[in-house]
Amino acid sequence: MSTPQNPPPATSTESASAVPADLQDERLIAAEGIGGWLSSTWDRIKSGDLGSLPVVVGLVIIWGVFYALNPAFLSSRNLVNLVLQMVPVGTIALGIVLVLLLGEIDLSVGSMSGLSGAVLAVMFVNNGLPVWLAVATALGVGVLTGLVYGALYNRFGVPSFVISLAGLLMLLGLQLTVLGTDGTINIPFESGLVRFASQLFLPVWLAYALAVAIPAGYLVSRFRTSQRRSAAGLSAPPLSALAIRSGLLAALLIVAVAVLNRDRGVSYMVLLFFVLVVLVDLAIRRTTWGRSVLAIGGNVEAARRAGINVKRVYLSVFALCSTFAALGGILAAARLASANQSSGGADTNLNAIAAAVIGGTSLFGGRGSAYSALLGILVIWSISNGLALLSVSANVRYIVTGAVLLLAVVIDSLSRRSRAAHGRA
Amino acid sequence: MSTTTDPAPVLSMTGVSKRFGAVQALKDIDFDVSAGEVVALVGDNGAGKSTLVKAIAGVYSPDAGDVVFDGKHVDIQSPSQAQELGIATVFQDLALCDNLDVVANLFLGNEERRGRALDEVSMEKESWQLLRELSAKIPSVRIPVASLSGGQRQTVAIARSLLGSPKVVMLDEPTAALGVAQTAEVLNLVERLRERGLGVILISHNMSDVMAVADRVAVLRLGRNNGEFRVADTNTQEIIAAITGATSNAVTDRAARKVPKEEQS
Repeated sequence: MSTPQNPPPATSTESASAVPADLQDERLIAAEGIGGWLSSTWDRIKSGDLGSLPVVVGLVIIWGVFYALNPAFLSSRNLVNLVLQMVPVGTIALGIVLVLLLGEIDLSVGSMSGLSGAVLAVMFVNNGLPVWLAVATALGVGVLTGLVYGALYNRFGVPSFVISLAGLLMLLGLQLTVLGTDGTINIPFESGLVRFASQLFLPVWLAYALAVAIPAGYLVSRFRTSQRRSAAGLSAPPLSALAIRSGLLAALLIVAVAVLNRDRGVSYMVLLFFVLVVLVDLAIRRTTWGRSVLAIGGNVEAARRAGINVKRVYLSVFALCSTFAALGGILAAARLASANQSSGGADTNLNAIAAAVIGGTSLFGGRGSAYSALLGILVIWSISNGLALLSVSANVRYIVTGAVLLLAVVIDSLSRRSRAAHGRA
Repeated sequence: MSTTTDPAPVLSMTGVSKRFGAVQALKDIDFDVSAGEVVALVGDNGAGKSTLVKAIAGVYSPDAGDVVFDGKHVDIQSPSQAQELGIATVFQDLALCDNLDVVANLFLGNEERRGRALDEVSMEKESWQLLRELSAKIPSVRIPVASLSGGQRQTVAIARSLLGSPKVVMLDEPTAALGVAQTAEVLNLVERLRERGLGVILISHNMSDVMAVADRVAVLRLGRNNGEFRVADTNTQEIIAAITGATSNAVTDRAARKVPKEEQS
């Protein structure tokens, strides 16, 4: 093995050999150094473990096509708009990723976001209450709704599909009730909320500092893990591989910041969305709670027998999903500076669910990541934005978005079949 | 009842009964297992094996009877209580999460943490230690369990049951649906559990497996004890006779017809 190996502490296992504990089986095909790392990545992709590759490729194709049809699509001005537009539904999609990981669904996220926008507007504008109280109440309505869903699911075992379908209608009714006869409530443009959602951008230096600091932090944390692994007598990825990954991440972030900064820059709302995505990703991959969510999505009975409090996990996930939907509704109301009877209606629901699925979260539970919300919403909003630039009307937009969703689901099914054939589950 | 000369058994049940409505599933069952001993629990379908196993595992609580575990009288009310006492059960359907890797499955519900995050490094290290001790043949612990063979999955399930350092391990049909080589692997594993000083309860329909690894065979028939044999002093015919409840039946008749023929030749 070419991995540098400081002498491992004397363990009871036969670690006298220089081979790390996890590479001693003679059936394993040794992948050494940076070349081995690249070739094993390639093998993984070939066997159907595509990860987010299809979405990234799809995104590049979509951007290429729209750029060819109208170069304004990739202009800084349009891209700043695009990332601003996608945040509310992207936030909702983040909650959908969580319920999909459990193998459940929430069809009421659209109405939930509409209701929370309505609650916010009525409290803040009509009753003149402080903005923090209005936001907290709107989020509280989300938490409560999710807890009710979870309790109904746990108590009666009704499929979440049906619970949330009923919820969709009831929340829509509540939204209309809260809005009352007004129908539309405009939020003043000079309020902090609206400024946050459309006018507040990071200073240039801060945006670049973050674009460098985040990959650096990633590199340091991965390097520490890698050192702990070699100390524990396990194989560790070569430093060069870590450096390449962090370098690519840094390049991506710096280019993105540079492009956005040519116009207004990186919005605080966009930053909030990215922070949420990273937090949800860490919660899924690195915490006991996230492990429980994945286990339940894979095999509920196994999770129950392992002593996981399954009901509590369901409750927490439904509550989080509705809360993200409520947050999405708040951001949508803030960005459009209004809440009305059609807020959260039309295609909000389906866009949020489609984003999660297009991004690579399986509909069947146990497989997916928080980044699929980000990638999926980028795809959906690129299509929507690109077609709008070409002055194509809504009918074509629906058809194209539907076709992309279908394609994503077909890729999911194909890669699942290929994974099964290559023994990767 | 027991013919063992071992010191006090680690798990001992006397006069255990369980009724389901009008059905007397278990009637006055005596059963025990000592440390470092493999006891096979055999019986026909409906003999009460599963009920007894579930009573030990805490899934059912018996209506009557006395359970002594590790020298203390216990009343096992729930599966988690059984696990805390040190009784681990590997059910036939294994209960593994196919989408998670071997490490995640081994530590499921018991994850080690470093601060608030999962401690993947030390969990992986301990997984390897455990699997080495069992001489388990798992190529990588970072692959999803779905890609493992039946024997490897069984190994993961058994290894998983050992993490709580139990005193008694119950294996429900561990070799059902396994191939020849994989069956041998699992039987080796059972012997290694015995070497570690665990009491092993092996439920099996396969007489050759039972004769291969068990020290003692307890036979149940129609919810009652129907004999107990030391493997060293018995043969398959005797056990089958006890299982079927007759000294003369289709199986023994066939055997009897065969034996004279073999003697003649």
